[in-house]
Order: sequence, then C-alpha cells, then structure tokens
Amino acid sequence: MASFIVRRLIQAVIVIFLVTIISFLLLHIIPGDPVIRVLGMHASQAQVAQLRHELGLDMPIYMQYGNWILNLFHGDFGKSFIYHEDVAKLILERFPVTFYLTFLALTISTIIGIMAGVISGVKRGTFIDSFITLFANIGVAVPTFWLGLLGIYLFGLQLGWLPVEGWTSPLDDFWQSTRQVIMPVAALAVPNIAIVARQTRSSMLETIHQDYIRTATSKGLAQNVVFYKHALRNALIPVVTLLGVTVAFLIGGEVLTETVFNIPGIGRLLVRAALDNDYLIVQGIILIVGVIVVFTNLFVDITYGWIDPRIRYR
Amino acid sequence: MDETCVTPDLQGIPQPRVSESRRIFKVMFSRWVVIIGAVIILLLILTAIFAPLLTPYEPNKVKLEDSLQQPSSQHLLGTDLYGRDVLTRILYGSRIAIIVGVVAVTASGAFGMFLGLLAGYFGGWVETIIMRITDALMALPPLVLMLAIAVMLGGGVPTVLLALGVALMPTYSRLMCGQVLAAKENDYVMAAKVVGAGNIRVMFRHLVPNVFPPLLVLITLDLGFAILTEASLSFLGIGINPPTATWGAMVSDGQRYLLTHPVLSFTPGLAIVLVVLGFNLVGDGLRDALDPRLRGRI
Repeated sequence: MASFIVRRLIQAVIVIFLVTIISFLLLHIIPGDPVIRVLGMHASQAQVAQLRHELGLDMPIYMQYGNWILNLFHGDFGKSFIYHEDVAKLILERFPVTFYLTFLALTISTIIGIMAGVISGVKRGTFIDSFITLFANIGVAVPTFWLGLLGIYLFGLQLGWLPVEGWTSPLDDFWQSTRQVIMPVAALAVPNIAIVARQTRSSMLETIHQDYIRTATSKGLAQNVVFYKHALRNALIPVVTLLGVTVAFLIGGEVLTETVFNIPGIGRLLVRAALDNDYLIVQGIILIVGVIVVFTNLFVDITYGWIDPRIRYR
Repeated sequence: MDETCVTPDLQGIPQPRVSESRRIFKVMFSRWVVIIGAVIILLLILTAIFAPLLTPYEPNKVKLEDSLQQPSSQHLLGTDLYGRDVLTRILYGSRIAIIVGVVAVTASGAFGMFLGLLAGYFGGWVETIIMRITDALMALPPLVLMLAIAVMLGGGVPTVLLALGVALMPTYSRLMCGQVLAAKENDYVMAAKVVGAGNIRVMFRHLVPNVFPPLLVLITLDLGFAILTEASLSFLGIGINPPTATWGAMVSDGQRYLLTHPVLSFTPGLAIVLVVLGFNLVGDGLRDALDPRLRGRI
C-alpha cells in the first residue's frame, strides 16, 4: 500500500510540474507582445521597455520560468495589471465562493445522478427508464449558460420567486444566500446529474450481467439485496473514479454560471482577466484549478487502492 | 514483399467487414431515438448548405428601423437590436457550428490518436512522456484551457479551432493508447510482424482499423461537445468575433432584452440543445451497436 501511495504521489507531482509548464508556456509563447497588449498600441518604446523589465520579460525564457516557480513557492503569483493587486490575493478572496457552489453542485448531482442511474438501470425498459434516459440525454446537451437564463426568466422575472443575480455569503445571511445560490447550483448540477446518471446506468447494466451477480441470484438472495448490495457497490467504481473529471467539468461550468448570475468567484475573475489580457491572473487560475483536479484524482485513486487491492497492484 | 503471398484469395468467401458494417447500421437505426438524432444532423447539414435559399434576409445586414421587433409573419422570430432577422441568423449560425465541430474534432482527433498510437505501440518512455502530458492537459477544464488560449491569440475562428483542438485532444490519446496496449498483444499483430511488416505498417494497416470503433463513438459525441463548447466561448464574448452569427453570441446578446424579448436568447439556445442532442443520440446508438457486450440488451 505504501509503495502504491508513493508511486501515485510521484506521478501527481510530475503532472503538476507539467501543468506549471503548460500554464507558463501558454502565456509566454505569445505571438505579439503581452506588454503591448496591456499598454495599448500607442505606448512609447521606453514605457514598453520598462514594463518588460519589471515583469522580467527581458530575461531568457528558462529564467523567467525559474523565477515564476520560485515566486510561486513564496505564494507570489505576480501582480494583476488591471486590479493592481496581488494575483494570489484576488484568487484567494474569490475561492470560497467558487468552492461553495462547486461543493453544493457536486454533492447534489452525485446523489441525484446515482439514484436516477440506478433506478433506470434496474428498471430497464420501463417507462421510468425511458423518462430518465430522455432527461439525461437532454441534460447533457443543454448549455449551462442558457439553462441559467431560462431560470432567470422563469423563476426570477416571471414568477419573482428567486433573485436573478448576486452573491451573499451563507455566513452573513443564510436565507438570502440560499435563495441566491439555488439557480446557479441548479444550472451547474443539471448537466452533471445527466452525466452521472448515464454513467451509473450503463455501469449498472454491465455489472448486472456479471457471473457473481448470477451466483448471488441463483443462491436465492432477494432481488433487492443482489441489486443494492452486490451490484451497486461494484457498479459505482467507474462512476466515482471519474470524480476528478467531474470536478474539472464543474469548474468549467462555474466560469459560465458565475458570469450569468454575476457571482464574484474565480470563474468570473477568469473571464474578466481573459477579456482584459490580464495574463498573470489567467496563469494563476489555470495552475490552481490544475492542482485541485490532480489532487482530487490522487485522493480517489488512493481511496480505491485502499478499498480494492486489484487497483493497487495494477 | 510480394503482396499475393500473404493475401488469401477471397473469391467466394463471404466478406465479414461488409456484412458487419451493414449489421451495425441495422442495429443502430432499429431504434427510433437514433433515427431522430440522424434526422437532426441531416437537417443541420442541409440548413448550413442551403441557408441563403431558406430566408429572404441577410444575416448581418443592419436595419435600425426594424430594431427589436416582436415575432410576426414578416420576421417569424422577430429581430434583434440591429434589426437583423433572428431566424436568419440562427440558420446561418449552423454554418459556424458545423465548421467548428468538424474541423476541431478532425484535427484534435487525428493528432490525439496519433500520439496515443505512438504511446501504446512503443510503450516505455514514449508512453510515459505522452501520457503524462495528456494527464496534465486533462487536469485543466476544457473551457479554462480555451480561455487561456483565447487570451494568447485573441478571438476569431482559427483561435477557437486551435483552442478546441487542444482541449479535446487528450481524450483521444488516452483512449487510443489504452486500445492499442490491449490490441497489440493479439496474434494478428505478431503474424504481421513475422511476415516482415514494419512498425508503421503494423500500426496503420493492422492496429488502427481494429481499434477504431470506440474512437468513432468518441468522435461523434465530441462533435456535439465541440459545438456546445464553442457556444460557451462565444457566449463569454471570447470566441468568434461579431457580426458573424453564432448561437452562443446570440444568446449572450439577447440577455439584455430577456424580459421584453425572451425569444432573442431562447431560440438560439434551443438550436444548440437540438444539435448537440442529435450528435449524442447518434453517438450512443453507434456505441450500442459497436459494443459486443451490450448486444441484444438495449
């Protein structure tokens, strides 16, 4: 077990190292000068040279990368051009908002998605299976931003039940906060419910046809015990293994939801920064998101290596 | 090497490939949902080709006196702020959707599969390098990665294509690598090597055709995903530049008039849902028809 964890840790560190290289290169092999983009076309030669020097862009690329990494270890992500503040501070301020929304959407969509998938798989071919499958097919195809706008129109503008935008911390005013997060979380969760339900259904169908399930049935166990004790546990392995992908998917959705509902999280910061060419913010967010996803995957793998020895020795 | 000594005479012997693809076709289209998906895709293609014949208006012609009209017999879905016919712009938007979907998926698929093939076939450090880069790319949500690339290159069709290509690529290399790893242990690979086939021949003549089916499913599903993601980028104002009609940007532009003119945002969004649904239905049908384990269980 220990060697499995060490092996996975080393792998995770390598992947994170590659994420730093990707996020660094993406924004440094720019055709055209980032400094000119920031200062505008009419900046003087001296201004350009000075900003280049301040940002360290006049150094060779490997030294720029080295400096960037060294600074990262000191918690220094650089300074935003637009906000004139530390990138680390800008991201940290907004992180809890995005984390809260993602956490809620992840929990809700995992629970509902697995339930729907199991029902659909166990009751294959029935009306309820067709209904869930139809919902799942549409849910995967619906753009998050459009779903958000539908919600705003129906529940906000027409019925007046929910606020159409904004953010309040649940610690300040829990009721107001909950009213504000219902629609964004729903917009985030619906496509994910659909994805989880589809995965669970096909995984469940596959498991039900395994030999050990036939054995369990033929030794006279009740159908429910076979389905929910023997089949479900095994069927959930591929579903939960994809947690890292799910988290990445939800963070991607966060970019859209926070923009639609005007929520001050990392997603909206990223969009603003991208529109303003504030590339240090973009770089910082890519790095943090990458690290979160890599660690989620690591956590899932280690948990499964612990539960299931087959994975440990692969 | 003399071709005839390894190619058996197939005269009179039933050719499995042909009947297999006919069987897959039959299984696929025996389900009405798959037929619906195929009809949607067909309509999308026809719309993109014949858009100018389907509408008397031009998609980008500004006519301010017609600004923000409600749906009427003249403008079935009304007009936008600049007096442009909404239905016309939705019809023309299908062109961008198809171009973006097909080009991005083809490019990323071809490149990703090639890398996966190398990784799976050669193994060792080639596999380690390629797959770790794949892992790193997969750790970044496609939309986040695409935003970064868009910052780097600015908006426009080529940027969106490149960004989508990079974002979609790792799935292909991972799937291809796994497929090739499993397939290269087969006897036919050994047999091909024994008769003197080189690496390139084994990879492209023997392995690729055998491992391709699951990748075909991924390609179909990705066409929908690419269209959805392009719409998201355009919605954020970072994708394809105005005034080109794209569904995502139309939803975004309509936001401001949600209360008075909901049709501006709703209808292009509906077009996205339909088209993505079409590709997903066909992709699912294809997977069910190709996967031997699911045979007879649908």
